[in-house]
Amino acid sequence: MSVIGSPVSRVDGPAKVNGEAHYAGEFAPKDLLYAATADSTCPAGTIVTLDTRDAARAPGVLLVLTHLNADRLPYQEPAERVAVDPVAGAQLRVLDGPAILFSGQPIALVVARTQAQAEYGASLVPAPYDADPPAKLRFDPALAQPTSEAAAKKKRGPETRKGDAEGAFARAPVTLDERYRLSREQHHPMEPHATVAEWTGDRLTLWSKTQWVGNERDEIARRFGLPPANVRVINPYVGGAFGSSLRTWPHVTLAAMAARRARRPVRLELTRRQLFTFVGHRGQSEQHVRLGADPNGRLLATICEATGQTSTYEEFAEPLLGPAGATYACDDRLTRYKLVPMNVNTPCPMRGPGWATGLVAQEMAMDELAERLGMDPIELRLRNYAERDPMKDLPWSSKALRECYAQGAERFGWSKRPLKPRARRDGRDLVGLGMATAIYDSGRYPTSASVALLPDGTALVRCATADMGPGTYTSMTQVAADALGLPLARVRFELGDSTFPPAKEHGGSTTMASVGPAIQEACGAVKAKLAGVADGAPITDFAAVLRRAGLDRIEAEASAKPDDAMKTHSINGFGAVFAEVRVDVDLCTIRATRIVGAYDAGRIVNPKLAHSQCIGGMVQGIGMALFEDVEWDEHLGRVSNGTIAEYIVPVNADIHDLDAIFVDTREPLLNPLGVKGVAELGLCGVAPAIANAVWHATGKRVRNLPITPDRLLTA
Amino acid sequence: MTPFLYERAADRQGALALGARAGASYLGGGTNLVDLMRETIAHPELLVDVTGLSREIEDTPEGGLRIGAGVKNTAVAGDRRVRQRYPLLAQAILAGASAQIRNMATTGGNILQRTRCAYFYDDAARCNKRAPGAGCDAVEGFNRIHAILGASPACVATHPSDMCVALAALEATVTLEGQDGGREIAFADLHRLPGETPEVETQLRPGELITAVTLPPNGLAARSTYRKVRDRASYAFALVSVAAGLELEGGVIGDVRLALGGVAHKPWRAHAAEAALKGRPATESVFREAAEAELAPARPLRDNGFKIELARRVIVDTLVKLARTEETV
Ligand SMILES: Cc1cc2nc3c(=O)[nH]c(=O)nc-3n(C[C@H](O)[C@H](O)[C@H](O)COP(=O)(O)OP(=O)(O)OC[C@H]3O[C@@H](n4cnc5c(N)ncnc54)[C@H](O)[C@@H]3O)c2cc1C
Repeated sequence: MSVIGSPVSRVDGPAKVNGEAHYAGEFAPKDLLYAATADSTCPAGTIVTLDTRDAARAPGVLLVLTHLNADRLPYQEPAERVAVDPVAGAQLRVLDGPAILFSGQPIALVVARTQAQAEYGASLVPAPYDADPPAKLRFDPALAQPTSEAAAKKKRGPETRKGDAEGAFARAPVTLDERYRLSREQHHPMEPHATVAEWTGDRLTLWSKTQWVGNERDEIARRFGLPPANVRVINPYVGGAFGSSLRTWPHVTLAAMAARRARRPVRLELTRRQLFTFVGHRGQSEQHVRLGADPNGRLLATICEATGQTSTYEEFAEPLLGPAGATYACDDRLTRYKLVPMNVNTPCPMRGPGWATGLVAQEMAMDELAERLGMDPIELRLRNYAERDPMKDLPWSSKALRECYAQGAERFGWSKRPLKPRARRDGRDLVGLGMATAIYDSGRYPTSASVALLPDGTALVRCATADMGPGTYTSMTQVAADALGLPLARVRFELGDSTFPPAKEHGGSTTMASVGPAIQEACGAVKAKLAGVADGAPITDFAAVLRRAGLDRIEAEASAKPDDAMKTHSINGFGAVFAEVRVDVDLCTIRATRIVGAYDAGRIVNPKLAHSQCIGGMVQGIGMALFEDVEWDEHLGRVSNGTIAEYIVPVNADIHDLDAIFVDTREPLLNPLGVKGVAELGLCGVAPAIANAVWHATGKRVRNLPITPDRLLTA
Repeated sequence: MTPFLYERAADRQGALALGARAGASYLGGGTNLVDLMRETIAHPELLVDVTGLSREIEDTPEGGLRIGAGVKNTAVAGDRRVRQRYPLLAQAILAGASAQIRNMATTGGNILQRTRCAYFYDDAARCNKRAPGAGCDAVEGFNRIHAILGASPACVATHPSDMCVALAALEATVTLEGQDGGREIAFADLHRLPGETPEVETQLRPGELITAVTLPPNGLAARSTYRKVRDRASYAFALVSVAAGLELEGGVIGDVRLALGGVAHKPWRAHAAEAALKGRPATESVFREAAEAELAPARPLRDNGFKIELARRVIVDTLVKLARTEETV
């Protein structure tokens, strides 16, 4: 019987619960030293002087690095930029000169015998600044610039057109014209980012929090001018990342620089406050949506003009207009994408990058259009159901969104929903129901894996991928056990080491579709090798075969890559998300009391893990809709609520009834496993479903997320 | 964090002797002070741990309750006498922070916890509390959580404690001990409004130690409640909170206590509202008038204007609910 499709519990669960799982910052090579940084408090300008004498004299301090004494690193350019890096601009070169690009930029690194000594030393570095040129601190769409040509090549703006959207909008009998804003959000995984660096001669080992060990190796090799083979990156466990560990950030460079100069291993771990300025964020955005429809709800025009934010030194453009292009059928459509360059650290992908953000505006706008038409929100969506990808004009490889609407609505009890808002009251609470469509772009990357059959009767499977929480360890063990015909207990899967067969980023919901097939191939290859020496013995007896043949292992490595299906078809995951909220009639406090998501994510390898992924996305969506708001002080150019006490994320008491169901589908083209990816999809559509439910409860539209009590009270 | 010395006080005299040293700070559970040290906002040279002192809750001869300053928040909220005779206090404590923090936090530390103003917490911003005369970045910045009552141009911060709002309504007293002996002051007089000197937050003299909080016999147990509005369902500071106690005699308001949290530099005893309630019928319109009277001097900043309306609603709503409840004792 196949273990694919069964709700296997996490194979790495016991190690995590027992404390045997070691995260990057917990590796402690002999003679380890500790580092901390002093960060700029000014958002733009030049460091005038940097007096490090007090820091150098502080107890336990062994080394202080600044731009005045740090090595100038070569920062070799890659032949081609990887997808996790911004499309244009030049990365921050840490301790490379006196220029300040954002508040929070590291300006000095202090290495000491203990963590506390390093932090104290770093607090003693005063830095007078010359605040020139003036900082760009305002997120104002009027200051936005169209995205670059490099972004255009990746279909991220500046403009896409089909038909005559403006004309169709002007002629449409029913229209909607609104602006939607989403606050800047911060990833805040449980595990803060940390790197431990150790040099042996000109070879560097990094234990470093990353979603992509292979890229971290290559990137650090280029920054230091080393052959990639001289760098090894190890990271067996990741305590959440959500996109914040896709790139190799400057703190990794700092740790390696410090360890080289100190001639001892060095650990650099970021503080909570530093997470706001070292490792990216989901930038602020505003979307101006115009929809035109006929009285039957058929869309005649869709126009979405989005403004995002980026830094002054890099262009971070994301697929924010993906949903506007791909969700609904409409002949006349227009999208525009602009960015406001600001003195901030560069944003980065955050779960459901672009798509989750784009869906906020689009799905709130569709809800408002349904209201204007007096139509059920699902009915409006069905009337505009896209039978082909409307923007790319390609057929879908698979699409079961209709089933998602139907099965989700059934599970949620949508049919009892009154059409009118403010129609249900329960005690002090106004009760409202809302829904939204979810869509995310599926992807797959070339990947390699190895399998070794060992004399103890176990199979060791390896791939340089990662597991930041979705359950890669478990699902890949299932795939390998299935392919080898072995029980789960006889398969061990290892990841997170750059010396393993290469994989691409653990991001964009591509891991199952990419790594799974490589493991299947490697298992096939090892079985073929075994057959050569086995004399017909069954695979389960390979230990005996090895013994007889006098071998200590049989090993094979294989690769798998996507074929041309992605050129001839559009491949997306879909879903329908339903939310119930209760709003205190006077105090305007909001509780998301019930959320149901129905998803078409292709085949589900492990329903328990996939369910966890989706309800985790719902928790994050509650944060996006109701709480998460990085307060950007545009006078100071700093995040004002830079602690986790004041940056509000959901807590247990905010979480009620969450449920996810998967419609029975199998993706035919993307990969032989039939999967489409779950993770990003799980966040998509949650926030707008909640916002729409708030309107349904109260009759008020708050188009500025998060919907905090004060915003609702004054709406 | 700046290096510091740590001493555990063996007794009150020892604590006072250590507390008199330059750069000394008393240490309760450390849930606030240690955070501020990590953020390099507080730089004590000597921490005098006083959690070993004053750990009792005792009945007073007058029929009240005396809570030692070292008693943990969890222990106060869980004490049977507190729950029966001062339910308002137990509710307020349980509405604050998280179970873990309440397990560490002490009565004295809770009373003296510092404001959550983001600009106070960020040493790259200007703050008259941290650096008197430096200016205040909150006035022009994010001030959604800031004061609407009793603020000054120098400081618009709020006192964040829930427990203290109940203590203000209960008319507690605080026992202080200094090198020159002890004194007793009304809880309402302990915290100050910011005025020109927001760095002086209480009437405490240098080196003075809080040893106890005394609750008077009347615990408002018959009809009292604590209501808190916050950004999420738990583990967040109050946007606005109300501690209220009401005595009714045939539909007419007798004794009434009302205190507000999240609105001012100190736990805000709502004297104007109380005056507008006493001797009047317990009706919604009277409650509304009382709320208006209290909030008439309220002044909004850029982001916190909603608190005026929110406070009005919480006050009225809480009093309506209290007037309707059956007496619990
Ligand atoms: C994330 C978070 C959320 C929170 N949420 C809430 C909330 O919702 N509501 C709420 O009310 N509180 C909340 N708190 C604050 C919490 O209640 C306080 O941190 C706690 O009560 C402080 O008590 P402590 O004993 O730890 O004080 P400490 O941190 O030890 O000390 C605080 C101050 O009191 C002084 N001090 C302590 N004891 C004495 C004494 N006996 N005599 C004189 N001075 C003394 C110290 O010198 C210091 O200045 C929260 C805190 C955090 C970190």
